[in-house]
Amino acid sequence: MATFLCKDLPHSIMKKRLSLIFVALACIAMGSFAHNRKALRINEVMVANDTTSIVDEYGRYSAWIELFNSNFAPLEISSVYLTNDPQEPKKYPVPLGDQRTKMGKRQMVVFFADGKHEDGTFHTSFTLTPGQENWVGIYDADGITLIDEVTIPASLLPGQSYARVTDGGDEWSVRDGSEGKYITPGANNIIKGTNPKIEEFAEKDENGFAMTIMAMCIVFTALLVLCLCFYAIGALGKYTSRLNKARAQGVTVKEVAPDDNDSGEEIAAIAMALNEHLNAHDTESTILTIKKMKRAYSPWSSKIYSLRELPHK
Amino acid sequence: MFGEFLTSNLRQFWELTGFANAELGNFVMLGVGLFFIWLAIKKNFEPMLLVPIGFGILIGNVPFNTGAGLEIGIYEEGSVLNILYNGVSAGWYPPLIFLGIGAMTDFSALIANPKLMLIGAAAQFGIFGAYMVALAIGFAPDQAGAIAIIGGADGPTAIFLSSKLAPNLMGAIAVSAYSYMALVPVIQPPLMRLFTTKKERLIRMKPARAVSQNEKIIFPIVGMLLTCFVVPSGLPLLGMLFFGNLLRECGVTTRLAKTASNALTDIVTILLGMTVGASTQASQFLTPQTIFIFFLGFMAFIIASSSGVLFVKLFNLVLPKSKKINPLIGNAGVSAVPMSARISNNLGLEYDPQNYLLMHAMGPNVAGVIGSAVAAGVLLGFLA
Repeated sequence: MATFLCKDLPHSIMKKRLSLIFVALACIAMGSFAHNRKALRINEVMVANDTTSIVDEYGRYSAWIELFNSNFAPLEISSVYLTNDPQEPKKYPVPLGDQRTKMGKRQMVVFFADGKHEDGTFHTSFTLTPGQENWVGIYDADGITLIDEVTIPASLLPGQSYARVTDGGDEWSVRDGSEGKYITPGANNIIKGTNPKIEEFAEKDENGFAMTIMAMCIVFTALLVLCLCFYAIGALGKYTSRLNKARAQGVTVKEVAPDDNDSGEEIAAIAMALNEHLNAHDTESTILTIKKMKRAYSPWSSKIYSLRELPHK
Repeated sequence: MFGEFLTSNLRQFWELTGFANAELGNFVMLGVGLFFIWLAIKKNFEPMLLVPIGFGILIGNVPFNTGAGLEIGIYEEGSVLNILYNGVSAGWYPPLIFLGIGAMTDFSALIANPKLMLIGAAAQFGIFGAYMVALAIGFAPDQAGAIAIIGGADGPTAIFLSSKLAPNLMGAIAVSAYSYMALVPVIQPPLMRLFTTKKERLIRMKPARAVSQNEKIIFPIVGMLLTCFVVPSGLPLLGMLFFGNLLRECGVTTRLAKTASNALTDIVTILLGMTVGASTQASQFLTPQTIFIFFLGFMAFIIASSSGVLFVKLFNLVLPKSKKINPLIGNAGVSAVPMSARISNNLGLEYDPQNYLLMHAMGPNVAGVIGSAVAAGVLLGFLA
């Protein structure tokens, strides 16, 4: 590339080569777009919208076709063709110049198959016919490459949709809006309508006794385990302390008296007594300070806080 | 022509004003907000919480034309308030508050006397008692769980759980939780007197032993691992709580601990309180459900406080005489830190001026924080 665009080349050749690069990049971009469009899927179709499904911006209930961008990248769908006739692939070209034809990654868009394309981008020039088999296809901008197709069974009743079981998946099913068979124009085909866990609790634990027993057992267990653990750690700490004392005194651990009364209060009382006895601070008020006094450094002015200390050995 | 232009613009402006859009509900909620601010300033009831919440209620209930596309309402996507509210709705403010609580809390009392943890566990019965009542009233299990957590007396936990289980009830749950936390000094003492005898109130507890630095460092590590292995769904709260405590106790992260316990907690408290308050828009808040939620919250507090006290009485039956626990610290099992521990201390001093229960009560109090986070994790695990 460096020699291809060498600075010493005459300006005209340089310009030509830059144009070539631009054309090549444009071809790559077009190619990648074409590749992307192959990921466009017909995701769900309703042939007879009996006022239970979505309404268009004119207040009409029409058949609809949901497209799904199965890419993990945005996809521009303007200039692809939607059709209900394989013999006439260029029936409805998705218009150019509408921002809304740029689909986000893994997003859906709904077209109303109402034969009123003059009403806007998302209104096709053809309709679907209830009570008979309907074929719907998407063709690429060349009008030849079939991107996706589906044949909707004639048995589909009004208010029912024909949808992929999972978004962009191969398997199709009839949806009637009942549990697990939700009609989902513009949304994922699998949606959590209800939470089975909650339903189970609502059904089998109406009064909440089971939840209370289980949950309280878990709470008690968690804190009991923590409690036992800290008894063990406390005992270990005491033993270590006695071991250190024994070493310092040169006796065995058993000979060291158990030290159960090492509470802060007693230490404070002893310190107070010593202070009274020694009377070491005759000119000061008798304020007993147990906490170690430190200068209050400001973290903004102290180097201690801004320098990393070396780890202790 | 000019006059028409002027009047039409003024008319349009009038339609945007709060006066033109005000409804009775707005005024009711403004009254509630003012009451909260009055409680905080005049009565000193949890001012750190009630001032931001109260003012948030005022902010959230200034009426405006929602159809004007001004993008100012807390529920309007992309508005400034909505962005701030994300910390509540997505549940990331509460773990940050827990980080601060961990960095502020000294668990020594608990480590010195680990059996006090069980009081913190017993007080969580308030949550599940309220859960049963909520189910009986007709709430769905997930809603009942979100409401019942008010009994844990822990605002951040209540917000965290309700954001996951019942986001539509979160405003009422949060306000209810914080209101009752502020009313702990009113609710708890009569119950403590009711369930204890004079003899029991005079029990003097053995001073807690000194806790070594090593134990304090081990506590957050072991505590986090043990509790989160049992209830992984409590990880965001418990993980941050124990992490904050490790920052405090390890001795080498003083600066981080100070930031977590002061600046960070203050910032999050301001944002949390204000946005929770602002989320109580009259249209969302003034519903019959809110009344039930306040009733259930009250029930939960009563059950939690009572069960803590009664558990101590029960526990005393099996403890040797020298290790008896004063049941006045049972109320501290709810995690209103340190308010409920302070109440134990004050009531103890009322009956015996030499009997300081504060440090003993801090044990169940901080255990209550852990217990309520575990209980929230359990509810989340079962119902989410």
